[in-house]
Amino acid sequence: MSEKLFVKGNEAVAMAAIEAGCRYYFGYPITPQSDIPEYLSRELPPLGGEFIQAESEIGAINMLLGASATGVRAMTSSSGPGISLKQEGISYMAGSELPGVIVDIMRAGPGLGGIDASQADYFQATRGGGHGGYRIIVLAPASVQEMYDLTMLAFDLSDIYRIPAMVLADSVIGQMKESLTAHPRPQTVLPAKDWAVRGREAGEPQNVVKSLYLGDGEMEAFHWKMHARYQELAEKESRWEEVQTEDATLVVTAFGSTARIAKTAISMAREAGMKVGLLRPITLFPFPKQAYEAISGNCKNFLTIELSTGQMVEDVRLSVARDAEVSFYGRPPGAGSLPTPEELFEQIKKRYLNS
Amino acid sequence: MDSGTVLTRAGTPLRMRNSMKQVFTRPESLKDVQTHFCPGCHHGSIHRLVAEAMDEFDIRSKTIGVASVGCSVFLYGYFDIDVIEAPHGRAPAVATGAKRSRDDRIVFTYQGDGDLAAIGTSEIIHAANRGEDITVIFVNNTTYGMTGGQMAPTTMVGQKTSTSPYGRNQAKDGYPIRMAELLAQLEGVAFSARVAVNSPKNVMQAKKMIKTAFRYQVEGRGFSFIEALAACPTNWGMKPLAANERVGSEMIPYFPLGVYRNTANL
Ligand SMILES: Cc1ncc(C[n+]2csc(CCOP(=O)(O)OP(=O)(O)O)c2C)c(N)n1
Ligand code: SF4
Ligand SMILES: [Mg+2]
Repeated sequence: MSEKLFVKGNEAVAMAAIEAGCRYYFGYPITPQSDIPEYLSRELPPLGGEFIQAESEIGAINMLLGASATGVRAMTSSSGPGISLKQEGISYMAGSELPGVIVDIMRAGPGLGGIDASQADYFQATRGGGHGGYRIIVLAPASVQEMYDLTMLAFDLSDIYRIPAMVLADSVIGQMKESLTAHPRPQTVLPAKDWAVRGREAGEPQNVVKSLYLGDGEMEAFHWKMHARYQELAEKESRWEEVQTEDATLVVTAFGSTARIAKTAISMAREAGMKVGLLRPITLFPFPKQAYEAISGNCKNFLTIELSTGQMVEDVRLSVARDAEVSFYGRPPGAGSLPTPEELFEQIKKRYLNS
Repeated sequence: MDSGTVLTRAGTPLRMRNSMKQVFTRPESLKDVQTHFCPGCHHGSIHRLVAEAMDEFDIRSKTIGVASVGCSVFLYGYFDIDVIEAPHGRAPAVATGAKRSRDDRIVFTYQGDGDLAAIGTSEIIHAANRGEDITVIFVNNTTYGMTGGQMAPTTMVGQKTSTSPYGRNQAKDGYPIRMAELLAQLEGVAFSARVAVNSPKNVMQAKKMIKTAFRYQVEGRGFSFIEALAACPTNWGMKPLAANERVGSEMIPYFPLGVYRNTANL
């Protein structure tokens, strides 16, 4: 039963979590994501699930750690300041190979910043965020439908690869209302969670969820094992959207709400006779390197647009062919910093004439 | 372990003649291994009492332990149970997540005084205040054992540690925190008691209290808390016997043993 609904992005995340079988949510209020805990505090208890408003984001991420360790699907959500507090727990989850979903509805920063749309937590999300050298899966929705679809995907990928997964959206995507087809969860074949703690019955092995590796070579082996898993992830799970890239001589690249505005600007450019396309990464980790490699075989001109002074642009530069040009246009987060389609069209025109 | 085997204090099995009566065995919930604890450390005795309580309620196979960061981090090496290792101070939050998702399990944390009474105060107070149906074993040895004997929130006034070389100064460092009393103020707490393992009498009493704490959870009666005073001879710079004596002469007068909350009168 696929219903057609009209809902907020944040609500779509909460609905998808329930559809994905998540019955445990732990969170702490912070704008612009509070619709998620509000929705789940209402909907989880009647389903036999648990909702806890934790004492802090540190409390919440560790409750997620404890619940995930028993093998259930569980989730937390927050924004900038709260995501910073969760980094310790995310590092421990990564070190313990625990799945779990973290939703980050970005706000402006650093510090208390503000609640306006921001993409300045790209580095924090894609570089691991906490200590020790690890990565998490990062999915970047650009619509309410994708908030729903990618939240379900986050649960599946996290379970399959035993890596925490983050849904990373800006406040525009979290707060806007759009139509949503709430289709049933995909039937993915998932590995058994035979590592989960559940009480050791006679004859069963002892299960320990830990991140302490003191034996000779143990820690190093862990790092190489995870490195190989990240590579597998990059090969199999990279996702992106391409719009009119086949004949493009300029490819605009952006994620989240910026990609939506860029799409409108690209239509304007096409109408003006310019061969401009869009490459929108959907997985930020793994970064869809293969798409940039392929496109930069023909197209040598890339324009990266972000709501920051430039973070994803570094990954773009690392991914395109050596002879490709990568330029950048950024609007660091803050009140009134969301660019208009006309503004982006001007940027496209400037770069296009130069190409 | 077969009935003809007994453990020495060092944990090595001795064969006994059949005519001899077996009076001291290893609890089933403990593994047959040597611990890394220093001579005279009270962590070992407290481990044993926790294991005995688990044996008595026959809950080993349904227990999930949550280890903290400190000298007791190797909980999984000694207890024959499933274990989650929590970040420093966060064990009560981890235990909350585990218990809420598996409410048919027995979940306990085992935490030191640096872990619980310093970095983890927020997590312990709120888990207790929510009345989580978990058991917390809090080992107060007035110092950060694992990191080399720095000052803890429980360090006695005047006590010299590696970061209070002139002795703890209450004017600047505050006073040692009495956690068993503090938590007993919270409505969410069902049981709170302080015990010690420095004498046979206190060990017997500690055994009883730890059992009561687990009974609270077995009967689904809510949050139970045990503060166990403990010796850390290594970081106190004392011989095991002198350290054991210090528990009675210095710690118990400031941290009185007793039951501070017992809502079901168990
Ligand atoms: C966030 C963080 N800060 C500091 C440490 C270092 N550390 C490890 S154990 C410990 C204190 C342990 O003392 P306690 O909890 O009293 O346990 P004990 O060893 O005395 O039993 C500290 C500070 C850490 N592991 N993580
Ligand atoms: S350092 Fe102290 S607490 Fe740690 S094992 Fe040695 S005696 Fe025990
Ligand atoms: Mg200590």
